[in-house]
Amino acid sequence: MSASVATGGVRPRRRNYRARAWLIEALCILLGFVLVVWSVLPIYNMIMVALQRHGDVFTSSTYPVNPTMNAFWVVVTESFWYLEHFWHQYWNSLYMGAMTVFFTLLIASLTSFAVGRMRIRHGWIVTNAALLTYVIPATFLSIPFYVIMTDYGMVNNIWAVIASLVTFATPYAIFIFLNYGASIPMELDEAARIDGASPLQVYWRIYLPLMAPAMVAVGTYALLLSWNEFLYQYLLLSSDSSMTVAVALAQFLNSDESPWNLMMATAIIYSLLPVAVYYMFRSKMSAGLTMGGVKG
Amino acid sequence: MDGMQGMQTAPALSQAARAYALPQQRRRLWRGGLQGSEYTWAVAFCIPYMAIFLAFVIYPVLYGLWMGHSPALYQQLWEDPIYRMSIVNTIVYLAVGVNVKLFFALLLSGFFMRKRAWVKAVLVVFILPWAVPALPTFLSIHWMLNSQWGLLDNMMWNWFHIDGPQFLDTSRWLALGSVIVSYIWKWMPFWTVILLAGRMAIPQELYESAEVDGASGIRQFTHVTFPLLANLYLICTLLSTIFTMGDFTTVYFVSGGGPALTTNVLATLGIRDAYTIAEPDLGMAAVMTALPLLIPLVLILMRKMRTAEVQL
Repeated sequence: MSASVATGGVRPRRRNYRARAWLIEALCILLGFVLVVWSVLPIYNMIMVALQRHGDVFTSSTYPVNPTMNAFWVVVTESFWYLEHFWHQYWNSLYMGAMTVFFTLLIASLTSFAVGRMRIRHGWIVTNAALLTYVIPATFLSIPFYVIMTDYGMVNNIWAVIASLVTFATPYAIFIFLNYGASIPMELDEAARIDGASPLQVYWRIYLPLMAPAMVAVGTYALLLSWNEFLYQYLLLSSDSSMTVAVALAQFLNSDESPWNLMMATAIIYSLLPVAVYYMFRSKMSAGLTMGGVKG
Repeated sequence: MDGMQGMQTAPALSQAARAYALPQQRRRLWRGGLQGSEYTWAVAFCIPYMAIFLAFVIYPVLYGLWMGHSPALYQQLWEDPIYRMSIVNTIVYLAVGVNVKLFFALLLSGFFMRKRAWVKAVLVVFILPWAVPALPTFLSIHWMLNSQWGLLDNMMWNWFHIDGPQFLDTSRWLALGSVIVSYIWKWMPFWTVILLAGRMAIPQELYESAEVDGASGIRQFTHVTFPLLANLYLICTLLSTIFTMGDFTTVYFVSGGGPALTTNVLATLGIRDAYTIAEPDLGMAAVMTALPLLIPLVLILMRKMRTAEVQL
């Protein structure tokens, strides 16, 4: 360092610059390493515990000593009393997710078509309603929602949860559709209208096909939302036949000595679908399209 | 992320903001306005959404306000030491969790601007906490922090022969800290991506001319990046605070409100009062005490999103 300062000139300065570039590169690699460890650690823990036998979980090892797929086998064959209905619960989760996606896409696309394309008078009422829903924490509404659903006898009915999920997924879907729809030339609608197409035909034959990319992104978002949601399912679904995997997972905690290996194996199987869907459609989801995924 | 190049890079919030501003433009794009039956169609298309809005938002909101209207409930809450503790916890959780998360997200978004293949690969891994559903990961963290057999304790013991602290069992602040770190772990990737999109939308020429003028890396950040991102950063902070106020899952699964009910936040306390103690009105009153903070935040946010679509 002192030598380069003393001699000055072009070459030492360049060497100095190069040393600095190396230092920055080294720090970046270090940071990248730290980030990977930080991100993966809880997921590593999940996998490690799932690969152990029940007794091995309660040891002080940091890696699976006798790795076995036993826990996964127990889960998929439903051979533990907490997991008796696993596949039924998985079906419930899947059904709930699929219905949430379908109704979110249907309702949001119809609304955005009327507001964004047909420019219905007083459309601002609809967008304000959506914005209001977007900023109300769903948790706070769960208490009156539960009481109302009890009054209507909708407890243990999966449609009560689907209704709440659609309610909270639709506003963001509307925003995305309005924004994406603005990039589709209005002349297409006009041409169809001149040819005598009814609004329903314009919606079905022109609007929907052109909105396909936004539909994929919003559909993925709605699926992730339903997979992330816990509270409404926990409050509304408690019977064996209506329960979803999320509720069943939380139930494990009620026992005195939880079978952590089975719990983590269930958790991994539960996580596979959203992770696969997310990485499959990752390129379709620009940052904006995922915005709603943080709603609490 | 792949989809972030080109015109699609417009940051998330500006999308919502622009969508929100749309109806204010008085341009009627279906020429001649809606005619005859078309207006009926348009109204019919809006009916499903307005129906769910009235049934599942307005009705529960009014019902909730009615449930929590009695002043006696607030008297009862205030006399409960657990409630007073929850207020402090909520404030700490919001102030530390949201700000630390967003500050690191801002810095990390700069790191992810580097155009190296391995940096892109790190981003793919870094996004994982967001892609994996919340519940399984928080359960995993809960077990990781177990003071006897948890992974962290085992690592400290095996590698450094330190007996790890009791993260969740004795100290209120250690447990709350664990909750906050878990929360940051889960949501930082998402906000990093949002701010990354914001950075990508800044024209490269600005940096080039700043460099010509002799601005160093830090001065480029303070004089170019930050002024241009400030508005987005502010909106992110407001939105994130609002969303975090309703966060139930993190506290419920990481600390479970323990030790001895000292780490509840308003959301978990409200649910506890409403269901475990079976006093729905009291639970509603508990979450309603967040309104004095929630309403101003919502008003500022709506104003910000209406007037300035996030300027970049």
